[in-house]
Formats: sequence, C-alpha cells, structure tokens
Amino acid sequence: MRHVLEGSHAVSEAVRLARAQVISAYPITPQTHIVEQLSEYCANGTLNARFLRVESEHSALAALIGAASSGVRTFTATSSQGLALMHELLHWASGARLPIVMAQVNRAMAPGWNIWADQTDSLAQRDTGWVQFYCENGQEVLDTTIQAFRLAEWVNLPVMVNLDAFFLSHTYEPVDVPDQKSVDSFLPPYKPRFQLDLANPCAFNQLAPPNIYMEMRHNIQMAMDEAFTFFEQMEEEFGTILGRRHGAVEAIRCDDAEVILITSGTVTSTSRQVVAKLREKGEKVGLLKIKLFRPFPLNLLRELTKPASKIAVIDRNFSFGASGIFAQEVKAALCNFPGHPPVYGYVAGLGGRDITTEVIEDIYWLTKNSTAPENESSWVGLREVDHAVGQS
Amino acid sequence: MQLDNLNREHMCSGHVGCPGCGAALAMRFLLKALGNKTIMIIPACCWSIIAGPYPQSTLKIPVLHSAFETGGAVASGVRAAHDIKGDTETTVVTWAGDGGTFDIGFQALSGAVERNENFIYVCYDNEAYMNTGVQRSSSTPYGAWTTTTPGQHWKRLRKKNIVEALVAHRIPYAATASIAFPEDLMRKAKKAKDMAGSRFIHIFSSCPTGWGMPSEMSVKIARMAVQTTIFPLYEVEDGLRYTINYTPKGYLVNEYFRLQGRFKHLTEEDLESIQEMVDEDWNLLLRKAGVALETS
Repeated sequence: MRHVLEGSHAVSEAVRLARAQVISAYPITPQTHIVEQLSEYCANGTLNARFLRVESEHSALAALIGAASSGVRTFTATSSQGLALMHELLHWASGARLPIVMAQVNRAMAPGWNIWADQTDSLAQRDTGWVQFYCENGQEVLDTTIQAFRLAEWVNLPVMVNLDAFFLSHTYEPVDVPDQKSVDSFLPPYKPRFQLDLANPCAFNQLAPPNIYMEMRHNIQMAMDEAFTFFEQMEEEFGTILGRRHGAVEAIRCDDAEVILITSGTVTSTSRQVVAKLREKGEKVGLLKIKLFRPFPLNLLRELTKPASKIAVIDRNFSFGASGIFAQEVKAALCNFPGHPPVYGYVAGLGGRDITTEVIEDIYWLTKNSTAPENESSWVGLREVDHAVGQS
Repeated sequence: MQLDNLNREHMCSGHVGCPGCGAALAMRFLLKALGNKTIMIIPACCWSIIAGPYPQSTLKIPVLHSAFETGGAVASGVRAAHDIKGDTETTVVTWAGDGGTFDIGFQALSGAVERNENFIYVCYDNEAYMNTGVQRSSSTPYGAWTTTTPGQHWKRLRKKNIVEALVAHRIPYAATASIAFPEDLMRKAKKAKDMAGSRFIHIFSSCPTGWGMPSEMSVKIARMAVQTTIFPLYEVEDGLRYTINYTPKGYLVNEYFRLQGRFKHLTEEDLESIQEMVDEDWNLLLRKAGVALETS
C-alpha cells in the first residue's frame, strides 16, 4: 500500500516489517527520526523488540554485538560522528560474522559542525568488512533495508544501508509499504548458524594466533564474494514477491553513450533529469548508478562502461591527499583493462551544498570538451575564499 | 554459608595464567557459586589470554570475548536478546579487569547500571594494566611503581574508589571480595545471582608478575590487603545499606607494602602518610556504614 513517507520512516517501516528483535541506538541528527519511530513501535507493541537506549553509539553497536551473538535479529541507525565512534566495533561486527543491519544517514564530518549530506562518513569505513548500499529514494531505502537482513543473515556479514542526509532522510515521497505476509515470505525468522548456547558452550572472538587469523580474514572475503552472488538471487526473489528490483548498479542509456556519468545516492535522481534533457539535444550521455559499494561490482562496472569513451564520476565525498572515493574505486576497477575509457573525477556538494542540474550539466560539458583528465579531482563550484588565512 | 556446588568445577586446568595468578583463582571461585547456567562476556584483559587461544577454552560456559571498553554494553545486548527469546533465567556476567572497568570501560558500565540492566558485572582488580606489561590504571594505588610510573615518578595519586562510584548509581547490589576469603566471595556471588538488576562485585586479585612478589605470596598478600583495611570487605544494597563483612585487627600497612617490589622505593615517611590515607578511607567507610545503620 502506498504511503507518503519520510525517508527516515521508510527505514523504520522496513525494520518493523523485518521483525527486528533487539534495537539499540543513540541520538544523532539527522538519524533520529528512524529510531524515534521504532521506539514508538516498541512502546505500543507494534514491534515485539527490545529497544536499548544506550549512552553512546559505541555502546549501541557493542550491545548489538552481544545481541546478535545471542542469535537474534538486530538493528541500529547512526550518522557521521556516531559512525566514526563505532569504527572499532564495525571491524568487530564483521570479524565476529554478525548479521547486524544499520541505517546510516550520510552527513558531513566535523569540524566545522555540519549536519548536511556528505558521504565521507561511511566511505571512510570502507575497509571494515561491512556490505554497503547507497540508496537513491524512499522506496529503495525501504526495500534495501528489508533485503539487508536477508543478505546479512545469508552471508553472516553486517550490512550498512546509506541514505543522504535531508535530501533523503527528511524528504517525503510516496512509498509502497508491503504487507507483513509478503515480507515474511521473503524474510523468514532468523536461524543463526551459531550463537551463545548453554547446551553447547563455546568461546567466541577469542585469541586467534597467526596460524589461524589469516584464514579467518579470508573467510570474510569469501563471504563478500558470496554476498555479490546472493544479491542477484535475492533480488530475483524480492522481485517475484514484491515486484521491484533496484540492481547492484543501474545503467541508464549507457549502451551507446560516449560519456557515462557515475553517481551514487540522491544525486542520481537529479542526474536522470540531466541525462534525459541532454539526450533530447542529441548528446550521447549515459548514467551509471552505483548502489552496491561493498562488495564492489567490478565486473558489472567493466562491462557497462565498455561502450564509453569517457567516464565522469561525481563524488559527494573526498579522500584527502587522493581524490573522490567512488572515482578511486572506478579507476581501480578498470586499470587492468587495457584501453578502458579515461576517468574524470568531480567533487561536488560536500557538506550538503546543492548539486543542481546545472552543476551536473557543467560536469558533462567539461568532460566532453576535455581531451584528457587534467587532475585526479576537479572541485566543482568552489567559491572564492582567502586561502592565505593563517599563513604568515 | 550453604553452597551445594563447591565440588563442581566450571573451569578446566590448563589455563595460561601466570603462576600464582589471583584472577585465575577468582574466576574459579566465582563460577563455583554461579554455576554453568551462565554466559560470560570478557572484554580485553588478562583473561582474554588466560582463557586460551582458538580453538580451546578453559571455561565450560559460553564465553563472548569483547572489545576493551564494551563490558557493560555487550552484556546489555546479550541480556536483551535472551529476554526477547524468553530466557530470563540465564545469568549474564561481565568479567573485566581494572583497566576495562575503572578506565576505558567506565562509560559503558555506568550506562548499563544506570539502565539497571539485569546482569552481574565482576571486576577482578590487579591494580594496573598487567596484560600489556604493568602500566598504571586509575586503580593503581598510591605509592606504586608501574612501567608508566617508574623511578621517582611513582604514582602519587589515590586509587579510584570504584565501588563507591557504583553505589552512587544506587544499584541493587555492590560488593567487594577477595581471593583470600573464598567463602565470602562465593556467598556474595550466589547472593548476586539470586538478585535482579545491576549487580557489581569487585574482586581483589593479586598479581605476582606485576607486583614483584613470589607466586606463593598471592593469597597471603590478598589477605593482608583486607586485614590492613587497604581493601575492606563490604557490601552495599540499593546504594544505601552498608554491611562490613570483616573487621580487621589493626594490622599496619607497612607489612603489606614491604613484601611487594612495586612499593620498595617508599620511605618510612611515605608509608606513614599512606597509613593515614588508609585509616581515613576506613573511617569514612565506617561512618557510611554507621550512618546507614542509624537511619534504617
């Protein structure tokens, strides 16, 4: 049934439908609406779950590590500084092979204080062993959150569902909220492969010397590979029951495109408009949306960008001393393929600055009219500031 | 005291603690009292090693090794999960060292007991970061040498009074215990087990390796800590009702200090001032117990 839902509440509805059993969270803007709604559902009995009101994000994830090790379905939500505080335990959750699901609202890192959209918070957690999704709209947020539980429990890895601050978390859109029966048939009750059990007492997460640690790490990578394969199968099942697929990546008019724009998150929706408009003018432009960031969809990317003569990656994030992070990943995916198209990196919209249709169109023309990339990243729309401040 | 399970062992031989390790004794006594319907969370501490490497475990109960500062939070999650599964009987215990309790884990512990989470938190206290090679913690006592309070920089700050910090949270039960008084330790563990809400037990666990003493002195030193009132045995219910479990007979602290290498640099004057501090702390505890008695 279609409802007009805030992006945050699309997450809450998904978690309700997924029948999460232990939820633990700490307040941070712009994530709070997600857990406020869930807190309400726990209080009024709509959701039969324990809600732990812990004293920090670090403890929020630590509590879920305890709960998931006890064999129940778990959920938390956070953003930015809160995610950074969890960093140590992000590694712990994947290393312990716990299928924890997290909604992560992409917000800029301080200082200066900035609560607006920026993906650097979650991309800085790239190497922690979490499956990562970046969503475009409210429907995708709801569907992906439900799918996240299925995927996490299948491969025993934690899953992070990312949504842009405000552009998605606080925007109301029509969203189809599936009925409980459909979701139950897609997502059966969690059957843990291992759990703390009095009848079979085991020690978890103990000392792992060099003779075994490396194999444990390799197992995580095998699970990542499995996650990619299973994602396809899972989307098929989800599509059969609920009639929607979103894809690990989505290619829009890429078949004959000379320039392919690569985006993630809400900037994709704006880019769709730009591509449609440029196509009307006869420009051969395509759009490739990357939704699944870990495991990174290497082969899909290689295949889908083949026709292009240029690739332009738009990053609402940055790795200081290097470049936009999606651009890095795209380059790394292509570098072993001789003759691959050159990759132009564009950084835009940091800290919630608008990425308008004009900005995206500029990026297209800059790319089209260039003979070769001049640098690793072009910062789009920088204002004139006094760079000499603080220098003597 | 009636304990019907004294002969039961829930800890195997073959653990990898140092000879004379007080923490190994403390664990053995605690589990005798709690029994095997217990799940234990062990944040980083000596016991992360003592329990044995993968795939072995010296404990015959489920153990969840956890990050250093998470003792209170992980236990909260384990409890919540068992409750939602309908298992409200299993005892959930966090077993942490003084570093994981007094220092890095204090926030999560304070958070958990403020929520009155239904679990037992046990701190085995060897008064420094022993697993990493004897660095000072906020539990290290006044006067002690450690590798980060060496030479003339020996610790000139008091030990944090962790039990009083927990008492200030008005939790149902907080107690001290010692490996030298196993009956008292097991009685308190059993008492804690039979209660609900947040319960805290602080066990004095001597460390021959870190304290510079022969391993056979472990129990004797722990006993002297109680006899000198350096580590009094007492319990507090609901943050109000104090009971002192052992009345010492006037032993002086210098005997206790003289037997340990970590205090060998202290002068007679230093020891006199330490004696004054210990007396002051003991009198404060007596006043608290007395005040509680008068008003009850």
